Order: sequence, then C-alpha cells, then structure tokens
Amino acid sequence: MSIATISKSGPFAHGFNSVQKTMFTVLLALVPATAFNLYLFGWPAILLFTVTVGACVAVEAGCLMLADRPVRATLADYSAVLTGWLLAMSLPPWAPWWVGVLAAVFAIALAKHAFGGIGQNVFNPAMVGRTVLLVSFPVAMTAWVMPHPLFSSGAPGLAEAIAITFGGHMPDTVSAASALGYIKTELSRGIPVTQSMAQVPDLMDMARGYRAGSLGETSAILILAGGLFLMAKRVISWHIPLSVMGGLFLIAAIFHAVDSAHFASGTFHLVSGATFLGAFFIATDYVTSPVSKKGQIIFGLGCGALIWLIRNFAGYPEGVAFAVLLMNGLAPIIDQYTRPRAFGRNSKGEPLQLEKP
Amino acid sequence: MKLFPIRGGIHPDYRKEQTSEKAIVVMPMPAALYIPLQQHIGAPADVLVAEGDLVKKGQMIARNQGTVSASQHAPTSGRIRTVTEVTAPHPSGLPQTTIILEPDGKDEWADLPEPIADPFSADTHTINDRVAQSGIVGMGGAAFPSAIKLNLGEQKKLEILLLNGAECEPYLTCDDRVMREYPDEIIDGARIMAHALGTPRVVIGIEQNKPQAIEIMTKAASAFPEIKVVAVPVQYPMGSERHLVQAITGRETPARKLTADLGIVVHNVSTTRAVHHAIRFGRPLIARVVTVSGGAIREPNNVLTPIGARVADLVEFCGGFSARPESVVNGGPMMGQPLPSLEVPVVKGTSGILALTAEEINDRPTSACIRCGSCVTVCPCGLSPVDMAAFVRKDNLEGAAKLGVMDCFSCGSCSWVCPSHIPLVHYFNYAKGVLNDLERESRKNERIKTLAEVRVIRIEKATEAKRAALAARKPASDATPPSNSGEAKAATEEKANA
Repeated sequence: MSIATISKSGPFAHGFNSVQKTMFTVLLALVPATAFNLYLFGWPAILLFTVTVGACVAVEAGCLMLADRPVRATLADYSAVLTGWLLAMSLPPWAPWWVGVLAAVFAIALAKHAFGGIGQNVFNPAMVGRTVLLVSFPVAMTAWVMPHPLFSSGAPGLAEAIAITFGGHMPDTVSAASALGYIKTELSRGIPVTQSMAQVPDLMDMARGYRAGSLGETSAILILAGGLFLMAKRVISWHIPLSVMGGLFLIAAIFHAVDSAHFASGTFHLVSGATFLGAFFIATDYVTSPVSKKGQIIFGLGCGALIWLIRNFAGYPEGVAFAVLLMNGLAPIIDQYTRPRAFGRNSKGEPLQLEKP
Repeated sequence: MKLFPIRGGIHPDYRKEQTSEKAIVVMPMPAALYIPLQQHIGAPADVLVAEGDLVKKGQMIARNQGTVSASQHAPTSGRIRTVTEVTAPHPSGLPQTTIILEPDGKDEWADLPEPIADPFSADTHTINDRVAQSGIVGMGGAAFPSAIKLNLGEQKKLEILLLNGAECEPYLTCDDRVMREYPDEIIDGARIMAHALGTPRVVIGIEQNKPQAIEIMTKAASAFPEIKVVAVPVQYPMGSERHLVQAITGRETPARKLTADLGIVVHNVSTTRAVHHAIRFGRPLIARVVTVSGGAIREPNNVLTPIGARVADLVEFCGGFSARPESVVNGGPMMGQPLPSLEVPVVKGTSGILALTAEEINDRPTSACIRCGSCVTVCPCGLSPVDMAAFVRKDNLEGAAKLGVMDCFSCGSCSWVCPSHIPLVHYFNYAKGVLNDLERESRKNERIKTLAEVRVIRIEKATEAKRAALAARKPASDATPPSNSGEAKAATEEKANA
C-alpha cells in the first residue's frame, strides 16, 4: 500500500483547537449578558443588534470578494459575527439602524480589511467602529434610555420598535444619562461626586444591570460570568482582565482616598460603564493585544490607567474604547520588549553563565 | 524528591494504551536485512564485507571511522547479498550505502568478545572501548554514539547519570516495556555506566503515566542506595534532555552548553540495557524494541526487531494496515520523521513506526495567524514562534536567528497548539537548515581566507629568508656594517623557526 507523499515535517498530531472554535466559545460566553440586555431594552435593541451583526457579516463578505479571498470559509471563522456582536453591545440600545451599519463599515472595512484582514489589524475593529461613530455623531451615540424590559408596560412593541430603529422616532421621554455621564455633568456644574453619587443607582443594581447604558455596559455580573467561562475554557487567561480591572481600581481608589469630592470610588469605576465588557471581551482580543504574559499585564494596566484618566479628565464620560485603542497601538512595541526569556539564556539573549561548582 | 517546574509544554492525546499492555514480541527474521552504514550522528562506518561473504550473528560488518561514528554488526548469520545504495529512512528519500544480508536461518553467533568479568574494577577505557566496539548509539531517537558520551567523565567532574525513561512522545511504549520487562538489565547497565563516568549518583526519570514501570524500576533499584527512581509530571516534552535535567535538578543548561557542563549525563534506558548486553555478554547492538502503532495498524505491538528489517516487513508482522495511513512516521508523532516509503530499514534510532490516519494527524488547511499567543505560552524554550514565523515567511532568516530560531529543537508544541494550523516547525526546520548551510559556508570561506593569508605570509617569509641567507653569505667576500649582520642573523633564525 502506498503512503501519502511527504509535504511537510511534523508534528503528526494536532490539538483540537481552531480559530472557529475559539470565536464560537467567545460568542457563547456573550450569550447570557446579551440575552439579558436584549430583554432589558426590548425590541429596538433586538433590531439594532440584528442589523449591526448582519451589516458586519455583509461588509466582511464584500471585502473578501473584493480581495478575492475565500468568502464562505472565512465567514465560517465567526470573527465578523463576533466583531458585529461586540460592536452592537457598545452602541446605545435604541440607536437608529444607520448607526449600526455605519459602525460596521468602519469596523470591518476600515479597521480590519484595509489592514489585511483577520490577524493583521492593529486596532480592535469593534472599538474603531464605536469611537468613529461617537466622535462623528455624539448625540445619537449618547442617547441612553432607561431599561424597558420586553413585554413590560410602557415597553415599545415591535411596530413601535421598527419606528424607533428604522424611522428615527426616538420617544423623547425615555432618555436617561448613564451613571458615568451623570457624575461628569454634575461635577462640571460644581456638584461634588459625594453628592451626585446619591442620585445614581446603588452599586448592586449597577452590577446587576438595571440601569441606563449600552447593551454590554449593564449587567457586570453576567459579563463576569462569561469572562470566567472563557478563562475556564482557556480561551483567555487572567492576565489582561485582572490587570485592566486592577489598574483601574487601584488608581481610582488612591485618588478617591485623596479627594473623594472629585473622584468616584474604585468600586464605582469597576461596575460602571463598560469596564467588565472591556476587561474580559475587548482588551483580550488576540489580534490587538500582546502575546506574552508579561506584555499582557503591562497592556492591561495601561488600559486601566487610561480608562480612569479619560473618564476623569477627557471630554467623554466613558473611556474604555479609547483606552483600548490607544493601548492597541502600543501592543506591537510592548511585544517587542516583553518576549519571554529563552531557555538557557538571560533576558538579553546571552547564554547563561555556568555556575561555579 | 522535590521536582522543579519546566516552562510551557503541552498535553497531547497519548494513546499509549494501544500498546502499553502488549509484552515485547520477537519478530521472525525477514528474507533480507538492509543495514545502512550510517544509522547515527557522525561519519558512516567503513564497510568490512563484500558480496558473497558469509557472516555470523554479531560479527562486525562495518567499522566506525573517525571520532564520531558507530560500527554495524550482522543481526543474524547469513550471506552478504551486496553492498549498494538503498533509500534511507529519512524524509529526503535519498539513497545511502547499505549492506544487504540474506539470513541463513541458523542464527549462529560469531565469536563474541569476552564478557568483562568484573566491570566495576575495569577502567573507563575498557568499558568505553567495548561500548564503541558494540556499535551502541543513543536509542531515544537521536542516535548519538554512546561511547563518546561515556567518555565525558574524563574531561569533567560528573555528579549524576540521568536515565531518561520519560518517554513523553505519544504512542511510544518501547521504553516502558523494556523497563517493565528488563529492569535488572537496565539497573546493571546503569551501574556500569555510572562507574565508567565516575558519577556517584544515578537518577532514573519516568513520567507518571507509567506507574508499573515506576514501581518495577523502584523495586529493582532498591538494592542500590545510589540509584533513585523519580516520577516526573506528564508534560510533553519532558523527555527532552535539558528539560528533564531541569525538572529533576532545577538547573538550567546554558545555551550552547551540554548538560555534562552541569555535571549531568543523560542516557536513554534502552541504551543502558544495550550497554549491559555489551559488557556482560559481549553482544553488540543488533536488535531493538520498536513500538508499532497508530490507527492504521491492524495489530499494534512492541516488537523486538532486528536492525535492518524493512518497515514493510515489520508492518506485515503486525497484521498490515487496517486503513490507508496518511503518514508513516519513524519515531513519535511529535518529533518523528515521515518515511518516504515502506521499503526503508529499521535502524538503531527507530523507537516507533507509526501508521497514522488522517483523523489522528488532524491536519487542516492553514489559516491566518490571529496572534493568540498559544505558541509563546507552550514553547518550552521560551521562544516566540509567532514572531519567528513572521520573519521566516518573509525569508528574513537573520531576524529569525536573532529571535533564537537556532535554539528551537523542533519539539512541535507550537504547531500542535496553533488554532490556525500554521506549520510552525516546518518553517523553523527550513530556517535552521538554511542558517546551518550559511554558517558552514562562511566557516569554509573563513578557513580559505585564513589559509590564503597564511600562504602569503609563508611566501613572504621564505623570500625574506632567502634574501637574508644571501646577505649572510656575502660578509665572507666584503665587509658589512655590524647592524646589518645582526638583522641577517635574526632573519636566518626566523627561517629556522619557520
């Protein structure tokens, strides 16, 4: 019996991991938080979510066709679905359809395919989509609403939802500020954090998700559960999430201790905004984060510090997307300086000295 | 005993149960044996026989030549059919000079060298000579002539003889079986080797997935306080010499040094048994236990195979193929070499013949790298395969060399773990091959340059000397200033020295 011709060297065994499996696991981890939030914000959120994910897949297919790359095989890696999903989670739930579509174009076509497609992009596509829209359409991108759980009284039905998402009929009675936005606004009016904190939902409510915010910002607990699931599945390691949250918490806690009138507590920063989503699902994006564990910790701490800086001193109340993008830009350099020490060599790459017996 | 962690590594499907409970069986002598002159690292042996010669079992048929080489012996009695070029058991499929022996079925022993009666009072030379004479090479796969490694005791002070019974490659169970069936022979061989090396201690490292071997070896070693059996964690590539040393002693072998520089010499357990045979019975290395396994083999087994038996015959002995193998591998699935055909012989370094199905290999089309960093996490050498591969892909081999591609020993952990199925080891093997060639080339050029420079100097000196000699003869006829004569004298002296 003949044997196949030799085409390459070993190994002649392979783990059962694949890009598709990895992406699918991440999607699975997002399901609980997403389902809860879609329920919380009702039909308009479901429509926006569908439009955004659909647009990402469509733009990906178009780009692949233009680049003359295999369309179906590449779509099957779920990376476009994941980008669309994360993008939808970073948008205001009742935003009009064109926000999702435009963000998808920026995310997939510009941030991903213009750089060479999967694995080649420097910046996190979903976050590029979100920030471009936030900078260009600040009003539409900060139109938060209070939760309107599906089928509850006052929640929009499907027909109303279609009018909200596709007709641009945003009911003007439902808008609400996110906790971070509220505190920032109050602070600008001279009202200290200690006072304005009384007006925001208490921390447990915020952690559970009963508050205004983007799809992925609310319900820190379900996001945390998804993140822990990813760790258990060894899709991500603790290094980035812990250093993002640890960095943010530490710097916030220090400044809170020094001047509690101007700076909210570390716990507040952890559970508000997109901290959990960012730490577990955005900053951990393989392509745009460092590969070595040491590099990941530096990257995470940088994200945490930047989130706090932007939230407190920049023009925007929320800083996760900007912070991650800034650190994305540094990731290649971090990688270069944090390569692991090779066996038998010192950190400079010189052979170790023999110990004198 | 306290163990030390080693970096990275993977936990592949071991699939050892296919053969781990199969006792070693003896393969009947095939119709012909194909004994290559080079089955080891180093120079090929010098052939001692010619067509038509009758040889006996254990007779030397090719002699080691040069410092790094190993002799070959007839695995059975018979007639030399011819000495010719035969496809080597190497992925290149290139031919290599091979002695073809037709067994006569009598299996008659030649006059073997006398057993060394009391090896523990014999000197190192006597033992090493016997090991060299017996054609013993490292049987873990690298096939480095063992006698050279046994000489290390003369150059350095050694502390530990470490026997490698880790057998971390999936499928392979030959060392496991040898340890379970011949523990006393291994222990005896180890004591002899420790004596030759001058090491006061012997440590036997066995992975924890071989509990019977650990138990049996511990029992066999219990009579000798200097021998210790250590169960090491199941973590591929624990069987790598440097990593096993680190796991057991906590000491990290510096790059470009040997474990012997730390006072530790590592030998495979099966090699140790071969040493026992050579010293106690004068028997050379003419057969070895080979694990024949894989999803495409009908009856996986551990087979005592005569050196030179064709893989086709060995597979036939194990019931042939039950399915079409995608690849037939010489060695383990992680570091083994694909065979170009089944018409190649089993050699001294063949620890396994694996006929693997496509499903077992699980090869899939390569997709783009998503920089997941798994390869960096698992690399036991602390390298960054993702970055090295990027350099190799652009043929920037200098860049890859700077990142340490030459430190890679192709364990395959990165390729195994890669979710994009990028053949990283293939890239690195390519890079190492080209870089080695370049290095050889530059060394050669350097040498030519040095030789040319030396020649110029020599000619200059000779001319100078001639002139000086001429000048020295002159003073006889007409007087020269004293200073000049001093110079001439110096020049003549120089000539004499040259």
